[in-house]
Amino acid sequence: MNLNLDFSFLSWGLIQSFIVKGLIFSVELTIIAMLGGIALGTVIALMRLSGKPALALPAAAYVNVLRSIPLVMVILWFFLVIPLLLGQPLGAETSAIITFTVFEAAYYSEIMRAGIQSVSKGQVAAGYAMGMTYAQCMKLIVLPQAFRNMLPVLLTQTIILFQDTSLVYAIGAYDLLKGFEVAGKNFNRPVETYLAAAIVYFVICFSLSMAVRRLQKKIAIIR
Amino acid sequence: MGKFTWDWQVFLQDTGGGETYLRWMMSAWGWTISVAVLSLIVALLVGSLMGILRTTPSKPLVLIGNVWTELFRNIPLLVQIFLWYHVIPSIFLSLRSLPSFVLVVFALGFFTSARIAEQVRAGIQSLAQGQRYAGLAIGLTLVQTYRYVLLPMAFRIIIPPLTSEAMNIIKNTSVAFAVSIAELTMFAMQAQEETSRGIEIYLAVTGLYFVSAFAVNRLAALIERRVQVPGLLGAK
Repeated sequence: MNLNLDFSFLSWGLIQSFIVKGLIFSVELTIIAMLGGIALGTVIALMRLSGKPALALPAAAYVNVLRSIPLVMVILWFFLVIPLLLGQPLGAETSAIITFTVFEAAYYSEIMRAGIQSVSKGQVAAGYAMGMTYAQCMKLIVLPQAFRNMLPVLLTQTIILFQDTSLVYAIGAYDLLKGFEVAGKNFNRPVETYLAAAIVYFVICFSLSMAVRRLQKKIAIIR
Repeated sequence: MGKFTWDWQVFLQDTGGGETYLRWMMSAWGWTISVAVLSLIVALLVGSLMGILRTTPSKPLVLIGNVWTELFRNIPLLVQIFLWYHVIPSIFLSLRSLPSFVLVVFALGFFTSARIAEQVRAGIQSLAQGQRYAGLAIGLTLVQTYRYVLLPMAFRIIIPPLTSEAMNIIKNTSVAFAVSIAELTMFAMQAQEETSRGIEIYLAVTGLYFVSAFAVNRLAALIERRVQVPGLLGAK
């Protein structure tokens, strides 16, 4: 054992100018990808459950393809292909936001599909019997319950998403991990830098997962 | 978008080191599979142990299992790989001579062990409590009860989630690019830069990931059929 840790180089000024900037981007990326991913994922789930092959097949292909490719490769693909399609270069941060939204939609859609399927058929039948259209049934009866049932799972996926944002390392975007690296670079203290990064990630993810667990218990009681 | 033309001959080009890109890619595939297989072994061993600890009647053992799971589940894999690469060797000096390949195997193995521990725990707890009591009542020790009564059923039940974990491990090997393991993603990044034929290279690499994950999936289905318990739902 040889442990001579010295965290003193991590001054408040350093944290403010390098690490907070990275944290803000990581959180921003997580929130945008969560909201966009859930919205897109819900549409994809509805397409898969529509019973129309013209909608269901492309949706299934979307989900299965994205779920079989490593996220790092998806990040690299988008970083390579989007500029080719746009005809102009795109910043790593913007590219990451698009990638994560599209990628997470595949995972959120599987959760939403399970949520929609967990609503009993009688509810939809009751909606139709009252003269509601398909869209009204979904919007007013099925989706609110599906969201509610799946809320803990959606949030757990979001914690995984937050952890995965560190993979933007592959294209050099400035996230929380990068913030630590930049802050620690001039001091040549990789041990403390990565330990500090791990602690910050752990504290954030652990408290979020505790919060989700409490929420889960609350929801379970109300139902 | 400019006019795009395929150029698959890029794979026959020399890398400058006396081998073709195709050969390099195949050796990278080998690294990916090696990291995945070895990490899976580590993850299964450690994950099973931790999962079992979490179901024992002993409070300290449960705590050890719980702390292990939370610790390895709440730190991103990339950060864990950096911890193994930068932090652990400077704390335990004897580990300094280990090649980064071994460090990545432990990083990915321990990361995955937390998820496997969770599944093993769930599998054991899904069994009726009576099975445990019956085992103890006929005079088996706790260890024997696990060995002959609980684990044979629990492991059969959790084959589907373990399968997706094995597929995840293949995908997660891609994170090893960060410490310069010569696996597929590292190959993709470097070859893309050297040849500027990113689309062809990424397509080939993505295809190899597909093939690997699919092979794991089929292999697991085979195992599942072989060990299924007669009389349970899902058994033929």
